[in-house]
Amino acid sequence: MSRIAPIKTIARRELAGYFASPVALVFIVIFLVVSGFFTFMISRFFERGEANLDGFFLWHPWLYLILVPAVGMGMWAEERRLGTLELLFTMPVTPWQAIVGKFLAAWAVLGVVLVLTFPIVLTVNYLGNPDNGVIVGGYVGSMLLAGSYLAVTAMTSAMTRSQIVSFLLAVVICLFLILAGWPPVTDLFTQWAPSWLVDTIASFSVMTHFESIQKGVLDSRDVLYFASVIGFCLFCTGVILRAHRAG
Amino acid sequence: MIEVKDLKKSFGPKLAVGGVTFNVAQGEVLGFLGPNGAGKSTTMRMITGFIPPTEGSVKIGGFDIVENPLPAKRLFGYLPENAPSYHDMTVSGFLEFAAEMRGLSGDAKKRAVGAAVEKCFLQRVIHQSVDTLSKGFRHRTCFAQSIIHDPQVLILDEPTDGLDPNQKHEIRTLIKEMGRTKAIIFSTHILEEVDAVCSRAIVIDRGLIVANGTPAELRGRDEKAGAVLARFAGGPGEARDARGKIGALGGVAKVDVVSESPIVVRVHPKEGWNGADLANSIGEMAAKERWTLAELRLEEGRLDEVFRSITLGDRAGGKEDRK
Repeated sequence: MSRIAPIKTIARRELAGYFASPVALVFIVIFLVVSGFFTFMISRFFERGEANLDGFFLWHPWLYLILVPAVGMGMWAEERRLGTLELLFTMPVTPWQAIVGKFLAAWAVLGVVLVLTFPIVLTVNYLGNPDNGVIVGGYVGSMLLAGSYLAVTAMTSAMTRSQIVSFLLAVVICLFLILAGWPPVTDLFTQWAPSWLVDTIASFSVMTHFESIQKGVLDSRDVLYFASVIGFCLFCTGVILRAHRAG
Repeated sequence: MIEVKDLKKSFGPKLAVGGVTFNVAQGEVLGFLGPNGAGKSTTMRMITGFIPPTEGSVKIGGFDIVENPLPAKRLFGYLPENAPSYHDMTVSGFLEFAAEMRGLSGDAKKRAVGAAVEKCFLQRVIHQSVDTLSKGFRHRTCFAQSIIHDPQVLILDEPTDGLDPNQKHEIRTLIKEMGRTKAIIFSTHILEEVDAVCSRAIVIDRGLIVANGTPAELRGRDEKAGAVLARFAGGPGEARDARGKIGALGGVAKVDVVSESPIVVRVHPKEGWNGADLANSIGEMAAKERWTLAELRLEEGRLDEVFRSITLGDRAGGKEDRK
Protein backbone atom coordinates (compact mmCIF):
# COMPACT_ATOMS: atom_id res chain seq x y z
CA MET A 1 0.00 0.00 0.00
CA SER A 2 1.27 3.44 -0.86
CA ARG A 3 2.16 5.96 1.76
CA ILE A 4 -0.58 8.31 0.67
CA ALA A 5 -3.47 5.85 0.83
CA PRO A 6 -3.71 5.70 4.65
CA ILE A 7 -3.54 9.49 4.82
CA LYS A 8 -6.46 9.72 2.43
CA THR A 9 -8.44 7.10 4.34
CA ILE A 10 -7.90 8.88 7.63
CA ALA A 11 -8.66 12.30 6.16
CA ARG A 12 -11.86 11.01 4.60
CA ARG A 13 -12.97 9.48 7.88
CA GLU A 14 -12.30 12.72 9.71
CA LEU A 15 -14.16 14.79 7.13
CA ALA A 16 -17.13 12.47 7.35
CA GLY A 17 -16.94 12.91 11.12
CA TYR A 18 -17.06 16.69 10.87
CA PHE A 19 -20.02 16.67 8.56
CA ALA A 20 -21.87 13.80 10.26
CA SER A 21 -22.45 16.02 13.27
CA PRO A 22 -23.88 19.53 13.02
CA VAL A 23 -20.52 20.87 14.21
CA ALA A 24 -19.11 21.79 10.81
CA LEU A 25 -22.41 23.34 9.76
CA VAL A 26 -22.68 25.41 12.91
CA PHE A 27 -19.14 26.69 12.44
CA ILE A 28 -19.76 27.59 8.83
CA VAL A 29 -22.87 29.56 9.71
CA ILE A 30 -21.25 31.31 12.66
CA PHE A 31 -18.17 32.27 10.68
CA LEU A 32 -20.17 33.61 7.76
CA VAL A 33 -22.54 35.61 9.97
CA VAL A 34 -19.85 37.02 12.22
CA SER A 35 -17.39 37.82 9.43
CA GLY A 36 -20.24 39.49 7.54
CA PHE A 37 -21.12 41.51 10.58
CA PHE A 38 -17.57 42.70 11.12
CA THR A 39 -16.99 43.47 7.46
CA PHE A 40 -20.16 45.42 6.88
CA MET A 41 -20.97 46.92 10.27
CA ILE A 42 -17.60 47.53 11.86
CA SER A 43 -15.32 47.93 8.85
CA ARG A 44 -18.12 49.81 7.09
CA PHE A 45 -17.44 48.06 3.79
CA PHE A 46 -19.96 50.10 1.80
CA GLU A 47 -19.24 53.49 3.37
CA ARG A 48 -15.51 53.17 2.75
CA GLY A 49 -16.08 53.06 -0.95
CA GLU A 50 -12.83 51.17 -1.57
CA ALA A 51 -12.70 48.30 -4.03
CA ASN A 52 -10.77 45.87 -1.83
CA LEU A 53 -11.35 43.27 0.87
CA ASP A 54 -9.04 44.71 3.54
CA GLY A 55 -11.98 45.25 5.83
CA PHE A 56 -12.91 41.59 5.42
CA PHE A 57 -9.52 39.94 5.95
CA LEU A 58 -8.68 42.34 8.78
CA TRP A 59 -10.83 40.31 11.16
CA HIS A 60 -9.64 36.85 10.24
CA PRO A 61 -6.84 36.53 12.82
CA TRP A 62 -9.43 37.30 15.50
CA LEU A 63 -12.25 35.18 14.16
CA TYR A 64 -9.93 32.23 13.68
CA LEU A 65 -8.74 32.66 17.24
CA ILE A 66 -12.03 31.12 18.38
CA LEU A 67 -13.15 29.23 15.31
CA VAL A 68 -10.03 27.21 14.54
CA PRO A 69 -9.39 25.83 18.05
CA ALA A 70 -13.08 24.93 18.17
CA VAL A 71 -12.75 22.91 14.96
CA GLY A 72 -9.50 21.21 15.95
CA MET A 73 -9.85 20.73 19.70
CA GLY A 74 -11.18 17.19 19.40
CA MET A 75 -8.62 16.04 16.86
CA TRP A 76 -6.58 13.94 19.30
CA ALA A 77 -8.32 14.63 22.61
CA GLU A 78 -11.38 12.73 21.43
CA GLU A 79 -9.30 9.80 20.17
CA ARG A 80 -7.68 9.59 23.56
CA ARG A 81 -10.97 9.88 25.44
CA LEU A 82 -12.69 7.18 23.38
CA GLY A 83 -9.63 4.92 23.30
CA THR A 84 -9.66 4.83 19.51
CA LEU A 85 -6.08 6.06 19.55
CA GLU A 86 -5.11 2.51 20.47
CA LEU A 87 -7.07 1.20 17.52
CA LEU A 88 -5.59 3.74 15.11
CA PHE A 89 -1.98 3.25 16.20
CA THR A 90 -2.16 -0.52 16.06
CA MET A 91 -3.30 -0.40 12.46
CA PRO A 92 -0.59 -0.37 9.82
CA VAL A 93 -0.09 3.39 9.69
CA THR A 94 2.78 5.53 10.81
CA PRO A 95 2.02 8.29 13.30
CA TRP A 96 2.88 10.99 10.77
CA GLN A 97 0.35 9.59 8.32
CA ALA A 98 -2.32 9.85 10.98
CA ILE A 99 -1.21 13.34 12.02
CA VAL A 100 -1.14 14.65 8.47
CA GLY A 101 -4.43 12.98 7.53
CA LYS A 102 -6.26 14.47 10.46
CA PHE A 103 -4.70 17.86 9.96
CA LEU A 104 -5.60 18.00 6.27
CA ALA A 105 -9.20 17.03 6.97
CA ALA A 106 -9.67 19.80 9.52
CA TRP A 107 -7.89 22.24 7.24
CA ALA A 108 -10.24 21.29 4.44
CA VAL A 109 -13.22 22.11 6.67
CA LEU A 110 -11.74 25.56 7.23
CA GLY A 111 -11.16 25.81 3.48
CA VAL A 112 -14.83 25.08 2.87
CA VAL A 113 -15.76 27.86 5.28
CA LEU A 114 -13.47 30.24 3.44
CA VAL A 115 -14.76 29.26 0.00
CA LEU A 116 -18.28 29.98 1.16
CA THR A 117 -17.35 33.64 1.65
CA PHE A 118 -17.24 34.00 -2.16
CA PRO A 119 -20.29 36.32 -2.31
CA ILE A 120 -18.15 39.09 -0.91
CA VAL A 121 -15.72 38.70 -3.82
CA LEU A 122 -18.64 38.89 -6.25
CA THR A 123 -19.96 41.95 -4.43
CA VAL A 124 -16.74 43.89 -4.57
CA ASN A 125 -16.28 43.00 -8.23
CA TYR A 126 -19.81 44.11 -8.98
CA LEU A 127 -19.45 47.41 -7.16
CA GLY A 128 -15.97 48.37 -8.20
CA ASN A 129 -12.81 47.28 -9.92
CA PRO A 130 -10.65 45.53 -7.34
CA ASP A 131 -7.23 44.01 -7.84
CA ASN A 132 -8.23 40.35 -7.82
CA GLY A 133 -4.60 39.27 -7.44
CA VAL A 134 -4.55 40.95 -4.05
CA ILE A 135 -7.82 39.23 -3.15
CA VAL A 136 -6.39 35.82 -4.06
CA GLY A 137 -3.35 36.68 -1.96
CA GLY A 138 -5.70 37.54 0.87
CA TYR A 139 -7.35 34.15 0.65
CA VAL A 140 -4.02 32.32 0.49
CA GLY A 141 -2.82 34.24 3.54
CA SER A 142 -6.04 33.53 5.36
CA MET A 143 -5.76 29.82 4.60
CA LEU A 144 -2.15 29.72 5.80
CA LEU A 145 -3.15 31.56 8.94
CA ALA A 146 -5.94 29.08 9.60
CA GLY A 147 -3.49 26.23 9.02
CA SER A 148 -1.06 27.65 11.56
CA TYR A 149 -3.73 27.99 14.23
CA LEU A 150 -4.93 24.50 13.39
CA ALA A 151 -1.46 23.01 13.81
CA VAL A 152 -1.23 24.71 17.20
CA THR A 153 -4.60 23.20 18.10
CA ALA A 154 -3.50 19.75 16.91
CA MET A 155 -0.58 20.03 19.30
CA THR A 156 -2.67 21.12 22.29
CA SER A 157 -5.25 18.48 21.44
CA ALA A 158 -2.61 15.76 21.69
CA MET A 159 -1.72 16.96 25.18
CA THR A 160 -5.00 16.15 26.87
CA ARG A 161 -8.13 14.06 26.68
CA SER A 162 -10.28 17.09 27.45
CA GLN A 163 -11.45 19.11 24.48
CA ILE A 164 -12.01 22.19 26.64
CA VAL A 165 -8.45 22.20 27.96
CA SER A 166 -7.18 21.72 24.44
CA PHE A 167 -9.34 24.62 23.21
CA LEU A 168 -8.18 27.01 25.93
CA LEU A 169 -4.50 26.16 25.47
CA ALA A 170 -4.79 26.67 21.72
CA VAL A 171 -6.50 30.04 22.17
CA VAL A 172 -3.77 31.23 24.53
CA ILE A 173 -0.96 30.16 22.20
CA CYS A 174 -2.65 31.64 19.14
CA LEU A 175 -3.32 34.84 21.03
CA PHE A 176 0.40 35.08 21.75
CA LEU A 177 1.11 34.55 18.05
CA ILE A 178 -1.20 37.46 17.25
CA LEU A 179 -0.13 39.85 19.98
CA ALA A 180 3.61 39.49 19.46
CA GLY A 181 3.30 41.70 16.40
CA TRP A 182 0.29 43.77 17.28
CA PRO A 183 1.15 47.51 17.35
CA PRO A 184 -0.18 48.19 20.89
CA VAL A 185 2.13 45.42 22.12
CA THR A 186 5.14 46.22 19.96
CA ASP A 187 4.80 49.87 21.01
CA LEU A 188 5.46 48.75 24.57
CA PHE A 189 8.82 47.45 23.44
CA THR A 190 9.85 50.19 21.03
CA GLN A 191 10.13 52.67 23.89
CA TRP A 192 13.03 50.87 25.53
CA ALA A 193 14.13 47.85 23.53
CA PRO A 194 16.57 47.98 20.63
CA SER A 195 14.80 47.83 17.32
CA TRP A 196 16.30 44.42 16.35
CA LEU A 197 14.67 42.86 19.43
CA VAL A 198 11.34 44.39 18.59
CA ASP A 199 11.65 43.10 15.06
CA THR A 200 12.58 39.62 16.23
CA ILE A 201 9.59 39.42 18.54
CA ALA A 202 7.33 40.87 15.88
CA SER A 203 8.63 38.37 13.34
CA PHE A 204 7.22 35.56 15.50
CA SER A 205 3.81 37.06 15.06
CA VAL A 206 1.35 35.82 12.51
CA MET A 207 0.19 39.41 12.08
CA THR A 208 3.27 40.79 10.35
CA HIS A 209 3.30 37.88 7.90
CA PHE A 210 -0.43 37.85 7.40
CA GLU A 211 -0.53 41.57 6.69
CA SER A 212 2.35 41.40 4.26
CA ILE A 213 0.56 38.68 2.27
CA GLN A 214 -2.61 40.81 2.44
CA LYS A 215 -0.79 43.53 0.54
CA GLY A 216 -0.68 41.15 -2.40
CA VAL A 217 2.98 40.30 -2.09
CA LEU A 218 3.38 36.54 -1.77
CA ASP A 219 6.84 36.64 -0.23
CA SER A 220 8.51 33.25 0.15
CA ARG A 221 9.63 34.24 3.64
CA ASP A 222 6.03 34.71 4.76
CA VAL A 223 4.99 31.39 3.26
CA LEU A 224 8.02 29.78 4.85
CA TYR A 225 7.00 31.25 8.19
CA PHE A 226 3.55 29.70 8.09
CA ALA A 227 4.93 26.43 6.76
CA SER A 228 7.41 26.30 9.63
CA VAL A 229 4.76 27.01 12.25
CA ILE A 230 2.62 24.20 10.81
CA GLY A 231 5.58 21.85 10.46
CA PHE A 232 6.90 22.55 13.93
CA CYS A 233 3.54 22.15 15.65
CA LEU A 234 2.75 18.90 13.83
CA PHE A 235 6.19 17.60 14.73
CA CYS A 236 5.47 18.46 18.38
CA THR A 237 2.13 16.66 18.05
CA GLY A 238 4.03 13.53 17.06
CA VAL A 239 6.45 13.89 19.95
CA ILE A 240 3.62 14.41 22.44
CA LEU A 241 1.66 11.42 21.16
CA ARG A 242 4.74 9.23 21.38
CA ALA A 243 5.51 10.42 24.89
CA HIS A 244 1.95 9.71 25.91
CA ARG A 245 2.11 6.16 24.58
CA ALA A 246 5.48 5.51 26.21
CA GLY A 247 3.79 6.30 29.55
CA MET B 1 3.77 -16.53 14.76
CA ILE B 2 4.04 -14.52 17.94
CA GLU B 3 7.34 -14.51 19.79
CA VAL B 4 7.44 -12.56 23.01
CA LYS B 5 10.80 -12.41 24.64
CA ASP B 6 11.60 -11.10 28.07
CA LEU B 7 9.10 -8.28 27.77
CA LYS B 8 9.30 -5.65 30.50
CA LYS B 9 7.46 -2.43 31.07
CA SER B 10 7.80 0.03 33.87
CA PHE B 11 5.77 3.18 34.34
CA GLY B 12 8.10 5.38 36.33
CA PRO B 13 9.20 3.35 39.34
CA LYS B 14 6.29 0.94 39.00
CA LEU B 15 7.03 -2.31 37.23
CA ALA B 16 3.89 -3.31 35.32
CA VAL B 17 5.29 -6.25 33.39
CA GLY B 18 8.44 -7.86 34.68
CA GLY B 19 9.83 -10.13 32.00
CA VAL B 20 7.30 -12.15 30.08
CA THR B 21 8.37 -14.76 27.53
CA PHE B 22 6.16 -17.02 25.43
CA ASN B 23 5.43 -18.11 21.86
CA VAL B 24 2.19 -18.72 20.09
CA ALA B 25 2.17 -20.92 17.00
CA GLN B 26 -0.31 -21.09 14.18
CA GLY B 27 -3.35 -23.15 15.14
CA GLU B 28 -2.95 -22.32 18.79
CA VAL B 29 -5.34 -20.37 21.00
CA LEU B 30 -3.54 -18.96 23.99
CA GLY B 31 -5.62 -17.86 26.95
CA PHE B 32 -4.07 -15.05 28.89
CA LEU B 33 -5.29 -15.15 32.46
CA GLY B 34 -4.65 -13.10 35.50
CA PRO B 35 -6.30 -10.99 38.15
CA ASN B 36 -7.15 -7.38 37.41
CA GLY B 37 -4.06 -5.23 37.18
CA ALA B 38 -1.78 -8.21 36.59
CA GLY B 39 -0.36 -6.65 33.43
CA LYS B 40 -2.47 -8.43 30.81
CA SER B 41 -3.52 -5.30 28.93
CA THR B 42 -0.08 -3.73 29.19
CA THR B 43 1.45 -6.87 27.70
CA MET B 44 -1.06 -6.87 24.87
CA ARG B 45 -0.44 -3.20 24.18
CA MET B 46 3.25 -3.94 23.88
CA ILE B 47 2.65 -6.92 21.62
CA THR B 48 0.53 -4.77 19.30
CA GLY B 49 3.05 -1.96 19.31
CA PHE B 50 0.78 0.60 20.94
CA ILE B 51 3.20 1.18 23.78
CA PRO B 52 6.94 0.60 23.46
CA PRO B 53 8.42 -1.99 25.84
CA THR B 54 11.00 -0.87 28.37
CA GLU B 55 12.97 -4.02 27.61
CA GLY B 56 12.58 -7.15 25.53
CA SER B 57 11.19 -7.77 22.09
CA VAL B 58 8.07 -8.87 20.26
CA LYS B 59 8.08 -10.50 16.85
CA ILE B 60 4.96 -11.09 14.81
CA GLY B 61 5.46 -13.38 11.85
CA GLY B 62 9.18 -12.70 12.19
CA PHE B 63 8.83 -8.88 12.10
CA ASP B 64 9.92 -6.95 15.16
CA ILE B 65 7.07 -4.72 16.29
CA VAL B 66 9.40 -1.87 17.26
CA GLU B 67 11.97 -2.09 14.46
CA ASN B 68 9.62 -2.97 11.67
CA PRO B 69 6.12 -2.01 12.80
CA LEU B 70 4.20 -1.78 9.52
CA PRO B 71 4.71 -5.33 8.20
CA ALA B 72 4.13 -6.67 11.72
CA LYS B 73 0.94 -4.65 12.14
CA ARG B 74 -0.42 -5.84 8.81
CA LEU B 75 -0.39 -9.41 10.12
CA PHE B 76 -2.60 -9.03 13.14
CA GLY B 77 -6.04 -7.86 14.13
CA TYR B 78 -6.48 -6.34 17.55
CA LEU B 79 -9.44 -5.87 19.82
CA PRO B 80 -8.36 -3.42 22.52
CA GLU B 81 -9.80 -3.49 26.02
CA ASN B 82 -13.26 -1.87 26.21
CA ALA B 83 -13.62 -2.25 22.42
CA PRO B 84 -13.28 1.39 21.34
CA SER B 85 -14.86 2.61 18.11
CA TYR B 86 -15.66 5.93 16.46
CA HIS B 87 -19.05 6.94 17.77
CA ASP B 88 -19.86 9.30 14.94
CA MET B 89 -19.75 6.55 12.31
CA THR B 90 -22.22 3.90 11.24
CA VAL B 91 -21.26 0.27 11.71
CA SER B 92 -20.71 -0.19 7.98
CA GLY B 93 -18.78 3.08 7.74
CA PHE B 94 -16.53 2.02 10.59
CA LEU B 95 -15.87 -1.41 9.13
CA GLU B 96 -15.17 0.07 5.70
CA PHE B 97 -12.71 2.44 7.31
CA ALA B 98 -10.99 -0.48 9.04
CA ALA B 99 -10.89 -2.43 5.77
CA GLU B 100 -9.36 0.52 3.90
CA MET B 101 -6.77 0.98 6.60
CA ARG B 102 -5.85 -2.64 5.99
CA GLY B 103 -5.33 -1.87 2.34
CA LEU B 104 -8.57 -3.38 1.03
CA SER B 105 -10.60 -1.57 -1.60
CA GLY B 106 -13.38 -2.12 -4.11
CA ASP B 107 -14.89 -5.60 -4.17
CA ALA B 108 -12.39 -7.06 -1.73
CA LYS B 109 -13.42 -4.41 0.78
CA LYS B 110 -17.12 -5.12 0.27
CA ARG B 111 -16.57 -8.85 0.68
CA ALA B 112 -14.46 -8.35 3.80
CA VAL B 113 -17.08 -6.11 5.42
CA GLY B 114 -19.85 -8.53 4.48
CA ALA B 115 -17.98 -11.52 5.92
CA ALA B 116 -17.12 -9.74 9.17
CA VAL B 117 -20.71 -8.52 9.58
CA GLU B 118 -21.97 -12.04 9.13
CA LYS B 119 -19.48 -13.64 11.50
CA CYS B 120 -20.24 -11.13 14.22
CA PHE B 121 -24.02 -11.06 13.71
CA LEU B 122 -24.18 -7.36 12.95
CA GLN B 123 -26.67 -7.47 10.06
CA ARG B 124 -29.41 -5.87 12.12
CA VAL B 125 -27.42 -2.75 13.01
CA ILE B 126 -25.27 -2.28 9.94
CA HIS B 127 -26.66 1.17 9.08
CA GLN B 128 -26.95 2.33 12.66
CA SER B 129 -24.61 4.88 14.16
CA VAL B 130 -22.20 3.33 16.66
CA ASP B 131 -23.25 5.63 19.51
CA THR B 132 -26.82 4.32 19.32
CA LEU B 133 -25.72 0.71 19.78
CA SER B 134 -25.94 -1.36 22.93
CA LYS B 135 -22.72 -2.43 24.59
CA GLY B 136 -22.86 -5.92 23.12
CA PHE B 137 -23.21 -4.64 19.58
CA ARG B 138 -20.45 -2.07 20.06
CA HIS B 139 -18.23 -4.80 21.31
CA ARG B 140 -18.94 -7.02 18.36
CA THR B 141 -18.45 -4.10 15.97
CA CYS B 142 -14.94 -3.63 17.29
CA PHE B 143 -14.41 -7.37 17.17
CA ALA B 144 -15.51 -7.36 13.53
CA GLN B 145 -12.92 -4.67 12.86
CA SER B 146 -10.19 -6.94 14.20
CA ILE B 147 -11.02 -9.84 11.86
CA ILE B 148 -11.91 -7.76 8.81
CA HIS B 149 -8.71 -8.55 6.92
CA ASP B 150 -8.72 -12.23 7.94
CA PRO B 151 -5.45 -11.82 9.80
CA GLN B 152 -3.10 -14.67 10.62
CA VAL B 153 -2.73 -13.39 14.16
CA LEU B 154 -5.49 -12.20 16.46
CA ILE B 155 -4.93 -10.38 19.70
CA LEU B 156 -8.08 -9.95 21.73
CA ASP B 157 -8.23 -8.13 25.03
CA GLU B 158 -11.24 -9.49 26.92
CA PRO B 159 -13.30 -10.31 23.86
CA THR B 160 -16.32 -11.50 25.85
CA ASP B 161 -16.39 -8.72 28.40
CA GLY B 162 -19.83 -7.17 28.76
CA LEU B 163 -21.62 -9.66 26.52
CA ASP B 164 -24.66 -11.67 27.50
CA PRO B 165 -24.31 -15.47 27.80
CA ASN B 166 -25.54 -16.13 24.26
CA GLN B 167 -23.19 -13.60 22.76
CA LYS B 168 -20.33 -14.96 24.84
CA HIS B 169 -21.04 -18.38 23.46
CA GLU B 170 -21.08 -17.07 19.88
CA ILE B 171 -17.81 -15.24 20.27
CA ARG B 172 -16.15 -18.25 21.90
CA THR B 173 -17.31 -20.51 19.12
CA LEU B 174 -15.92 -18.03 16.62
CA ILE B 175 -12.56 -17.81 18.38
CA LYS B 176 -12.31 -21.56 18.63
CA GLU B 177 -13.11 -21.99 14.96
CA MET B 178 -10.63 -19.35 13.87
CA GLY B 179 -8.04 -20.82 16.21
CA ARG B 180 -7.62 -23.79 13.92
CA THR B 181 -5.84 -21.71 11.31
CA LYS B 182 -4.65 -18.63 13.17
CA ALA B 183 -2.49 -17.79 16.11
CA ILE B 184 -4.72 -16.23 18.75
CA ILE B 185 -4.03 -14.64 22.09
CA PHE B 186 -6.95 -13.60 24.18
CA SER B 187 -7.13 -12.34 27.69
CA THR B 188 -9.92 -13.05 30.08
CA HIS B 189 -10.65 -13.54 33.70
CA ILE B 190 -13.48 -15.93 33.03
CA LEU B 191 -12.01 -19.36 33.65
CA GLU B 192 -14.65 -21.40 31.88
CA GLU B 193 -13.48 -19.76 28.66
CA VAL B 194 -10.12 -21.36 29.03
CA ASP B 195 -11.67 -24.82 28.91
CA ALA B 196 -14.07 -23.85 26.19
CA VAL B 197 -11.62 -22.22 23.83
CA CYS B 198 -7.91 -22.43 24.64
CA SER B 199 -5.35 -24.94 23.60
CA ARG B 200 -2.95 -23.41 26.10
CA ALA B 201 -3.17 -20.93 28.94
CA ILE B 202 -0.78 -18.60 30.65
CA VAL B 203 -1.48 -17.18 34.06
CA ILE B 204 0.14 -13.87 34.79
CA ASP B 205 0.27 -12.22 38.17
CA ARG B 206 1.84 -8.90 39.01
CA GLY B 207 3.66 -8.81 35.72
CA LEU B 208 5.12 -12.32 35.80
CA ILE B 209 4.07 -15.62 34.30
CA VAL B 210 3.13 -17.97 37.13
CA ALA B 211 1.75 -20.84 35.07
CA ASN B 212 1.92 -21.95 31.46
CA GLY B 213 0.30 -25.12 30.12
CA THR B 214 -2.73 -26.79 28.61
CA PRO B 215 -6.00 -26.40 30.51
CA ALA B 216 -5.69 -30.04 31.64
CA GLU B 217 -2.17 -29.46 32.96
CA LEU B 218 -3.32 -26.40 34.83
CA ARG B 219 -6.22 -28.29 36.33
CA GLY B 220 -3.76 -30.97 37.39
CA ARG B 221 -2.10 -28.45 39.62
CA ASP B 222 -5.17 -28.42 41.80
CA GLU B 223 -4.42 -30.58 44.86
CA LYS B 224 -7.86 -32.10 44.50
CA ALA B 225 -7.06 -33.33 41.02
CA GLY B 226 -6.92 -37.12 40.92
CA ALA B 227 -8.74 -37.51 44.24
CA VAL B 228 -11.86 -39.65 44.51
CA LEU B 229 -15.07 -38.19 45.79
CA ALA B 230 -17.53 -40.59 47.36
CA ARG B 231 -21.03 -39.70 48.48
CA PHE B 232 -23.02 -42.24 50.46
CA ALA B 233 -26.79 -42.52 50.46
CA GLY B 234 -26.70 -44.89 53.42
CA GLY B 235 -24.36 -47.29 55.14
CA PRO B 236 -21.63 -45.99 57.35
CA GLY B 237 -23.27 -44.82 60.55
CA GLU B 238 -20.92 -41.87 60.92
CA ALA B 239 -18.50 -40.10 58.67
CA ARG B 240 -15.48 -41.10 60.72
CA ASP B 241 -16.37 -44.80 60.33
CA ALA B 242 -16.13 -44.38 56.58
CA ARG B 243 -12.98 -42.36 56.97
CA GLY B 244 -11.35 -44.97 59.12
CA LYS B 245 -12.19 -47.90 56.92
CA ILE B 246 -11.34 -46.20 53.66
CA GLY B 247 -8.17 -44.81 55.15
CA ALA B 248 -7.02 -48.36 55.82
CA LEU B 249 -7.15 -49.23 52.12
CA GLY B 250 -3.87 -49.51 50.27
CA GLY B 251 -2.73 -46.42 48.39
CA VAL B 252 -4.78 -43.90 50.35
CA ALA B 253 -2.84 -40.89 51.50
CA LYS B 254 -5.58 -38.94 53.19
CA VAL B 255 -9.35 -38.97 53.60
CA ASP B 256 -11.15 -35.64 54.02
CA VAL B 257 -14.69 -35.45 55.25
CA VAL B 258 -16.45 -32.99 52.99
CA SER B 259 -19.86 -33.28 54.56
CA GLU B 260 -21.35 -35.22 57.51
CA SER B 261 -24.90 -35.57 56.32
CA PRO B 262 -25.12 -36.95 53.73
CA ILE B 263 -21.69 -38.42 54.23
CA VAL B 264 -19.26 -37.23 51.57
CA VAL B 265 -15.55 -37.99 51.68
CA ARG B 266 -12.70 -37.05 49.42
CA VAL B 267 -9.96 -39.68 49.16
CA HIS B 268 -6.51 -38.56 48.07
CA PRO B 269 -4.33 -41.28 46.55
CA LYS B 270 -0.70 -41.73 47.58
CA GLU B 271 1.98 -40.60 45.21
CA GLY B 272 2.19 -43.01 42.31
CA TRP B 273 -1.25 -44.47 42.90
CA ASN B 274 -3.98 -44.19 40.38
CA GLY B 275 -7.25 -42.51 41.38
CA ALA B 276 -9.28 -44.87 39.21
CA ASP B 277 -7.92 -47.98 40.95
CA LEU B 278 -8.69 -46.32 44.24
CA ALA B 279 -12.27 -45.71 43.14
CA ASN B 280 -12.56 -49.41 42.32
CA SER B 281 -11.37 -50.53 45.70
CA ILE B 282 -13.71 -48.06 47.41
CA GLY B 283 -16.55 -49.49 45.35
CA GLU B 284 -15.64 -53.03 46.37
CA MET B 285 -15.39 -52.06 50.00
CA ALA B 286 -18.80 -50.37 49.85
CA ALA B 287 -20.33 -53.54 48.40
CA LYS B 288 -18.72 -55.65 51.13
CA GLU B 289 -19.81 -53.32 53.92
CA ARG B 290 -23.28 -52.88 52.39
CA TRP B 291 -22.92 -49.15 52.03
CA THR B 292 -25.03 -47.52 49.36
CA LEU B 293 -22.96 -45.29 47.15
CA ALA B 294 -24.86 -42.35 45.65
CA GLU B 295 -21.87 -41.00 43.81
CA LEU B 296 -18.31 -42.07 43.19
CA ARG B 297 -16.18 -40.02 40.89
CA LEU B 298 -12.66 -39.03 40.06
CA GLU B 299 -12.04 -35.32 40.56
CA GLU B 300 -10.49 -33.36 37.71
CA GLY B 301 -9.33 -30.40 39.62
CA ARG B 302 -10.84 -26.99 39.16
CA LEU B 303 -9.27 -24.13 37.29
CA ASP B 304 -10.62 -21.52 39.64
CA GLU B 305 -8.97 -23.30 42.56
CA VAL B 306 -5.68 -23.40 40.70
CA PHE B 307 -6.07 -19.79 39.69
CA ARG B 308 -6.74 -18.76 43.26
CA SER B 309 -3.89 -20.74 44.68
CA ILE B 310 -1.27 -19.47 42.25
CA THR B 311 -2.33 -15.84 42.19
CA LEU B 312 -3.22 -15.50 45.86
CA GLY B 313 -0.85 -18.11 47.25
CA ASP B 314 2.31 -16.18 46.61
CA ARG B 315 0.72 -13.04 47.85
CA ALA B 316 0.80 -14.38 51.38
CA GLY B 317 4.05 -16.29 51.03
CA GLY B 318 6.89 -15.50 48.70
CA LYS B 319 6.55 -11.78 48.41
CA GLU B 320 10.28 -11.25 48.65
CA ASP B 321 11.33 -13.34 45.70
CA ARG B 322 9.43 -11.19 43.23
CA LYS B 323 10.72 -7.76 42.62
